[in-house]
Amino acid sequence: MALLEVTDLEVEFPLVRKTLKAIHGISFNLEKGERLGIVGESGAGKSVAAFAVLNLLSKPGRISNGKIRFEDVELSGLDAKSMRHIRGNRISMIFQDPMMTLNPVLTVGTQMIECLKAHRKISNSDARELSITKLREVLIPSPENRMKSYPHELSGGMRQRVVIAIALLTDPSIIIADEPTTALDVTIQAEIMTLMLDLCKTKNLGLILITHDLAVVSQVTERILVMYAGRVVEEGLTRDVINNPRHPYTRGLIKALPQENKPGERLNQIRGTMPSLGAIPPGCAFNPRCDFADNACELEVPDLMGADSHRAACIHMDKIPAFSDEEAGK
Amino acid sequence: MDYLYFAIRRLLQAVLVMFVISLIGFSIQDNLGDPLRELVGQSVSEKERQALRDRMGLNDPFFIQYGRFLGKAVQGDLGNSYFFKKPALEVIAAKFPATLELVIGATIIIISFALPFGVYCAIRPKSWFAKFIMGFSIIGISVPVFLTAIFSIYIFSVELGWMPSFGRGETRDLLGWNSGFFTQDGLVHLVLPSISLASIMMPLFIRLIRSEMMEILQMEYIRFAWAKGLLPRRVWFLHAFKNTLLPVITVGGVQVGTMLAYTILTESVFQWPGMGFLFLEAVNRVDTPLIIAYIIVVGLIFVVTNTFVDLLYTWVNPTVKLVGQKS
Ligand SMILES: Nc1ncnc2c1ncn2[C@@H]1O[C@H](COP(=O)(O)OP(=O)(O)OP(=O)(O)O)[C@@H](O)[C@H]1O
Ligand SMILES: [Mg+2]
Repeated sequence: MALLEVTDLEVEFPLVRKTLKAIHGISFNLEKGERLGIVGESGAGKSVAAFAVLNLLSKPGRISNGKIRFEDVELSGLDAKSMRHIRGNRISMIFQDPMMTLNPVLTVGTQMIECLKAHRKISNSDARELSITKLREVLIPSPENRMKSYPHELSGGMRQRVVIAIALLTDPSIIIADEPTTALDVTIQAEIMTLMLDLCKTKNLGLILITHDLAVVSQVTERILVMYAGRVVEEGLTRDVINNPRHPYTRGLIKALPQENKPGERLNQIRGTMPSLGAIPPGCAFNPRCDFADNACELEVPDLMGADSHRAACIHMDKIPAFSDEEAGK
Repeated sequence: MDYLYFAIRRLLQAVLVMFVISLIGFSIQDNLGDPLRELVGQSVSEKERQALRDRMGLNDPFFIQYGRFLGKAVQGDLGNSYFFKKPALEVIAAKFPATLELVIGATIIIISFALPFGVYCAIRPKSWFAKFIMGFSIIGISVPVFLTAIFSIYIFSVELGWMPSFGRGETRDLLGWNSGFFTQDGLVHLVLPSISLASIMMPLFIRLIRSEMMEILQMEYIRFAWAKGLLPRRVWFLHAFKNTLLPVITVGGVQVGTMLAYTILTESVFQWPGMGFLFLEAVNRVDTPLIIAYIIVVGLIFVVTNTFVDLLYTWVNPTVKLVGQKS
């Protein structure tokens, strides 16, 4: 049994006039120590899916269906006390913008120690020692002094390191990182990503990495989930999905990557934009933007098909020329 | 170092504001009422009046007179009250403790109700109690103060006879402060006026605290605090509340000054022998030095509280950027 099993998860936002469905039944597993990437354009539902796992959806969002099993515990509908025991203890989160994630009026030390004290019976001085150890693990110089710092006294990269240290404090078995480097300088991004990868490997930590950045995903993760309009459209081993994408949307994302060997070439962005929640087209939600779409695509929502190690939700995926051939023919 | 620089600049601003207030005060004196008539009556001849005017410097140019006024004011001399025949400042100082008492009483009431109510309404905005408080605070804003004051006098003093309807009650000295806080009679007399003064500010404060806190509760760092598995009380009362407090201190500090203005109303309804009541009497008697002394004293209190609040706010808030910071 996998460490985390999400099955048919649905999330909706009941608004005053209508209910918007942000996640339309997604399923995925995470094994112990596995690193899973979730990719997709803005609005695909990546963050909503991640927050749903720990029941941290912003109001009025709610899980309307599905199961979230972590170890032997069902997380959806879990009582507040048991949920607190999971949050920040067994499953930690890292958010996108380290400027916004740390409380501006509390010191780094306070924000670390409180997390330990929430989950362990531990003295203040032991909590302090442990916090300093973790700060050292994320390569923060002179951690004793940093404990007294306020977040605004640290650079963006340092702040994200502090957030990572907080996430590691209680030795969780899963870290969910929602675009942990997007808000940082390009030069810092690689540093932070490398740090996270090292930590995950040495500690055998499960990682769910949410990102726009396919390059990062291919370096860090073992498996990928590609999301579009609240659904998983492709999933599989990272190298399979990247080298041989089966869904036209995934192909589009990969083609849009800047090519290192062809600098200066115009980026091949996918035409059109992600539909808003209230206006998701019938059938395959991607069909209005798809080069391979026909009338059949508008009829019904395709299921994920193919072998377990690599599946895609496209009725035409067998008719589409292989990715590498197409690239070569160009 | 930055803070010192900021503090000095802020203090200079305060001095400048006081300077403007004194200028306004002096212009009023210059234009309002003839001091001679108050001093010597009608029987003195025009010639003697002119001589007297010269001797008192009333014929000097405006800025020379103002300079003289300022010089004396800095030494605490704001002229003599026509009516009391005593230094105006002394007259006001004698009434100050009564007003201070009222403001403190009202502040205590506001803090002990507005904080818990505001925070509660932010945490549980949909509960019936929160809706009740919010509804009530709308009524509170729209009903004029003297109506609530008179109404409460009618119910609690006239009908029920629980509270005295006017006056200050017995006072006692404690550590050099003569106040009604130290006697039971004094406290009983304080209840209605304090509530009435507090009720003016209460709705504003409840709404302020509620909206600030609700905004804070949407912040990403609050979500992160939940994600750390902290107890709700720690998220609410430390993470969110501490951030809520900063804007509330600023607005609240300014309101202390406004409250002083409202004491005029409250004191006159309850015949409270404080500065506000004194001021109304002074206006009726055209006691110009007293009026001006009042304006300057209240202005001073206003400026001092605002400056203090600003300095405190900057001190407490670690994220405020000091360079180029405006209040
Ligand atoms: N509180 C909310 N109320 C209503 N709709 C919401 C709310 N939060 C998210 N949504 C909607 O849910 C959809 C998915 O949002 P989500 O934040 O998961 O996207 P994402 O894939 O994380 O995008 P990004 O890359 O921009 O972070 C979006 O259409 C968004 O508008
Ligand atoms: Mg997101």
